Amino acid sequence: MSGLEIRRLRVTFDGFTAVDGVDLDVRPGDLRFLIGPNGAGKTTLVDAVTGLVKAEGSARFGGEELLGRSVHRIARSGIGRTFQTATVFEELTVLQNLDIAAGAGRGVWTMLRRRKGVPEPVARALETVGLTELADSPAGTLAHGQKQWLEIGMLLVQDVRLLLLDEPVAGMSHDERQATGELLQRISEERTVVVIEHDMDFMRSFARSVSVLHAGKVLSEGTVAEVQADPKVQEVYLGHAAAEATADVAVQEA
Amino acid sequence: MTVILGQTFTGISIGAVLLLIALGLSLTFGQMNVINMAHGEFIMAGAYTTYVLQKSIAGAGISLLVALPVAFLVSGALGALLEWLLIRRLYLRPLDTLLVTWGVSLMLQQLARDIFGAPNVQTRAPDVLTGNITLIGGDDPLTVANSRLFILGLAVAAVVALSLTLRLTPLGRRIRAVVQNRDLAEVSGISTSTVDRTAFFIGSGLAGVAGVALTLVGPIGPTMGTNVIIDAFLVIVVGGIGQLKGTVIVAFVLGVLQSVLEYSTTVSVAKVLVLVGIVAFLQWRPQGLYTLRTRSLV
Amino acid sequence: MNLLKGPSARAAAGFAGAAVVLFAIAPLALSDFRLGLLAKYLCVAIVAVGICLAWGRGGLLTLGQGVFFGLGGYAMAMHLKIADAGPGNLPDFMQLYGTATELPWWWKPFANPLFALAATVLLPMAVAALLGSFIFRRRVKGAYFAILSQALAAAFAIWLIGQQATTGGTNGLTDIQGFFGYALDDPVNQRMVYFVIAAVLLLLMALARQLIQSRYGELLVAVRDSEERVRFLGYDPANVKLVAYVVAAGMAGLAGALFVPAVGIISPALIGIVPSIEFVIGAAVGGRASLVGAVLGAIAVAWAKTALSEEFPAAWTYFQGLLFIVALAFLPGGLASLAGIVRRRRAAAEKKPAVIPVGEAA
Repeated sequence: MSGLEIRRLRVTFDGFTAVDGVDLDVRPGDLRFLIGPNGAGKTTLVDAVTGLVKAEGSARFGGEELLGRSVHRIARSGIGRTFQTATVFEELTVLQNLDIAAGAGRGVWTMLRRRKGVPEPVARALETVGLTELADSPAGTLAHGQKQWLEIGMLLVQDVRLLLLDEPVAGMSHDERQATGELLQRISEERTVVVIEHDMDFMRSFARSVSVLHAGKVLSEGTVAEVQADPKVQEVYLGHAAAEATADVAVQEA
Repeated sequence: MTVILGQTFTGISIGAVLLLIALGLSLTFGQMNVINMAHGEFIMAGAYTTYVLQKSIAGAGISLLVALPVAFLVSGALGALLEWLLIRRLYLRPLDTLLVTWGVSLMLQQLARDIFGAPNVQTRAPDVLTGNITLIGGDDPLTVANSRLFILGLAVAAVVALSLTLRLTPLGRRIRAVVQNRDLAEVSGISTSTVDRTAFFIGSGLAGVAGVALTLVGPIGPTMGTNVIIDAFLVIVVGGIGQLKGTVIVAFVLGVLQSVLEYSTTVSVAKVLVLVGIVAFLQWRPQGLYTLRTRSLV
Repeated sequence: MNLLKGPSARAAAGFAGAAVVLFAIAPLALSDFRLGLLAKYLCVAIVAVGICLAWGRGGLLTLGQGVFFGLGGYAMAMHLKIADAGPGNLPDFMQLYGTATELPWWWKPFANPLFALAATVLLPMAVAALLGSFIFRRRVKGAYFAILSQALAAAFAIWLIGQQATTGGTNGLTDIQGFFGYALDDPVNQRMVYFVIAAVLLLLMALARQLIQSRYGELLVAVRDSEERVRFLGYDPANVKLVAYVVAAGMAGLAGALFVPAVGIISPALIGIVPSIEFVIGAAVGGRASLVGAVLGAIAVAWAKTALSEEFPAAWTYFQGLLFIVALAFLPGGLASLAGIVRRRRAAAEKKPAVIPVGEAA
C-alpha cells in the first residue's frame, strides 16, 4: 500500500509562486515533520493537498489522485487536517464535536434522530486523546491544548488514514507538548501523520523523518540527524537567523 | 441607432447615480466590512441639507455648490456618531450590525418625517442644470439633460478624490493597513479606532454628496434612502469588496443593463431580470468581480 | 420513570401548557376581534419558527422570508378568489382592471384545491431549494446572503406591483369571502381558522424542536460556527444549510397561506423588504436560537405593533428602531438569554459568595 505521493506540485497566487514543484513521499505509518522558514510554503502545501487552494501537478494518497476534487470529497477519502488556530465547534460539547466528526457517512434517517448514548469510535477517541472526563463540557471552555487534542480526536473518529497537522503544539506548555508528541507517535503506528512545525525541540524528540521546505521547494529530506547535518539547511536557517538578528537590532534602534 | 445610444446614455447616468450612492459603501462595507443600512438615510440627510440650504440661500446655483461640502460634513458627522455609538461595539458581528443599523435607519426616517413632514419636497435646480444638451442633431436628435451630465461629472470627481485619498495620503495608507491586517496595524502604532471612525466619516460623507445629487433627479422624502440602498449594496456585492474599480465598473454595467432591460420589457421585470443576472454572475465569481486574495481561512 | 424528568418532559409540559392557553383560555378570554388579531400574530410566529431554525441555528440571516410568505399567501388567495368567483367567472379584480376574458394559464391549476394547498408549501420550498442551491454551493454567505435575500424580497414585491392585471398590483388579492366552502364573515368559521393556525404552530414547533435536537441540529450549529471545519469533516455544508433554508421557506409559505383566511388579504406591502425584516425582529427580540423565545418574541412584537402603531405611529417607529438596536447590540441572545444570564450569575454567586460584593450580585 502506498502513502502520500506528491509530484511537481505548484501553487500560484496572482503571479506569486507559493509552492514551486514539490516532490514528496510519505510512507504509511511515517511521522513526517515539515519544517522551514515562514513563507516556505508548508501550509500552502497542506492547503493544496486538502483541496483548499488550486494546484498543478499531482498529489495521490493510497493511489488516488486528490487534486481537482472538492474539499469534502477529499476529506471523505480518508484525509484529515487541523489548522494553526484550533477550530472546534465552541458551542457544542466535546462529545457532540466528536459525534459530528464521526458521522459524515450517516444516512438521512439517522441524521434526523437524536443521538442516543456514545458511539463506540467516539468513546475510543475520547480515551485516546484523554478527554473522557470532559465529554459533556462545551468545547469553548477547553484549554488551548485540550482543543488541539479534541481536533486530533475528531480526525481519529473520522478514521482518517492521513493526518495533516498544522503547528499542533503552538502555544502549548512543556507537559502538553510531551503528551501531544506521545499521542502522535501512538497514532502514527496505524496511520500516516504529517506535522508542520516550527518547534525544533519538539521535532527532534518525535519526528521519524523530516522534510525541509524553502521558498516553495524541498530543500532537504531524511532523518532528523541527516537533515541537521545538511549544509544547505544550515545555510537557510543560519541565514534566516542572521536576518532576524539584524531586524531585531533595527527595531531596537528605531 | 439613436435609440441604442440614448438608452446607453440613460444607463450611464443611472450608473453614475448608483456609483455615487455605492461609493461611500465601498469604503464602509467594502473596506471595513460594516453593513450600514442607515447609509440610505445619510443620503437622505444630504438631500434634506440641500433643501434647507436652498431656503436660506437665494441663488439655486450657489446653494447647490454650498450644499456639497455641507452635506458631506452633515452626513459624515452622523456616520462618525453612529460608529462611535454603536458600530464599534459590533465589528465582529456583521449580521447584527446590519439589523442594528436598520433600526437606526427606521428612527432617522421617522425623524425626517417629524421635522420635514411625510410628503416629498422638491428643490429648484439651478438654471444652468435645467436645460438639455443636444449631442446629435437632425431628425432623430439625441439630447441629454444637463443635470445628468453634472451628476456624471460629480461621480467621476468623487471616485478620483476617494481613490487619491486612499493611495496618496497618510490617512489612506492607514486605512489600507487596517483593512489588510488590523492587529498588525495596531501594533505598528496606528490607532485603529481613529482610523475606523475617520473612514466611516468619509464613507458617510460621500452618502451626503450623493444625496445632493439625488435632489436633481427626483423628489426628497423620508423613504428615499430605502429605495436606493439595496441597489447600492448589490453594486458592492457584485463588484467585490476591497477594490474601487469593481464598484465603478459594476455601477455602470448595472445602470446600462437596467436601462436596456427597462426599454425592452418593463421596469418591474427589469428589476427581477437584473437580480437573476446578479445571482447567475455570483455563480461564476462568488467573491465579486475583483477581490483581494488572501490565504485567510474565512 | 425517566419520562417524568429531563428536557423532554419539560418540553412536553410546555407543549401541553401552550395547548391549554391557545385552545382553551384564549378563545374564552378574548373577543372575536381580539382572537382574530391573535390568529394573525400566530402566523407571524410560524414564520419565526423557521427563522429560528435558519438564522438562530444555521446562521443564515434570511431577510427575504416575505417572499416565501407571499408565495404561500398568493397561492392560497388565488384559489380562494377563483372559488369566490364561482365556476366560469373571473375573480372580481380581473374584471375590473383586466381585458382578459379568461384566467391566465398560471392561475388555472390553482382552481384545484389540492393543488393550491400543496403549492402553498411546496412552491416556496422549491423556490428556496433552487435559489439556495445556487447561492450556498458557490459559498455565498454571511452578509452577501442577507443582502441577496433582501434584494429578492424587493424584486418580488416590485414584480407583483407591476403585474396589476393578474396579481391585483399594489392592492393585492383582497376581499376574500370563503375558505373551502366556509364563509369567512361568520365568527364561528373565523374561530375555526384560528384553531387551525394554532394547531399548525404547535405542530411546526414540535417539528422544529425535533430537528434542532437531532444530529442534524447539532451539525447545523457546527456549520454556523465554522463552515470550513465542517467541510474538512467530509460534509457538504451547502446541503446542511439548504435543508434549514428550505424548511424555513416551507414554514413561511404555510404561514402566508393561513394568514389569508385569517385576515382576508395578501398584498405586496405584506411581503416586501420591510415586512421581511419585521419577521426577523420578533425572533431577534425573543431570542433567535431559542424556539420558545423566537415564537413569543414574534407574537409580542406583532402585538406591540398593532397596539402602538394605530394610536402613535411615530412613537411606534422609534420604538421599533430602538428594539432592533437594544436587542441586537446589547442582548444578541434575545430575552430568552436573560434566564441563562441570571442563572449563571446566581451559580457564580453561590460558588464564590465571598468574592462577589452584595451590591453587584443583586
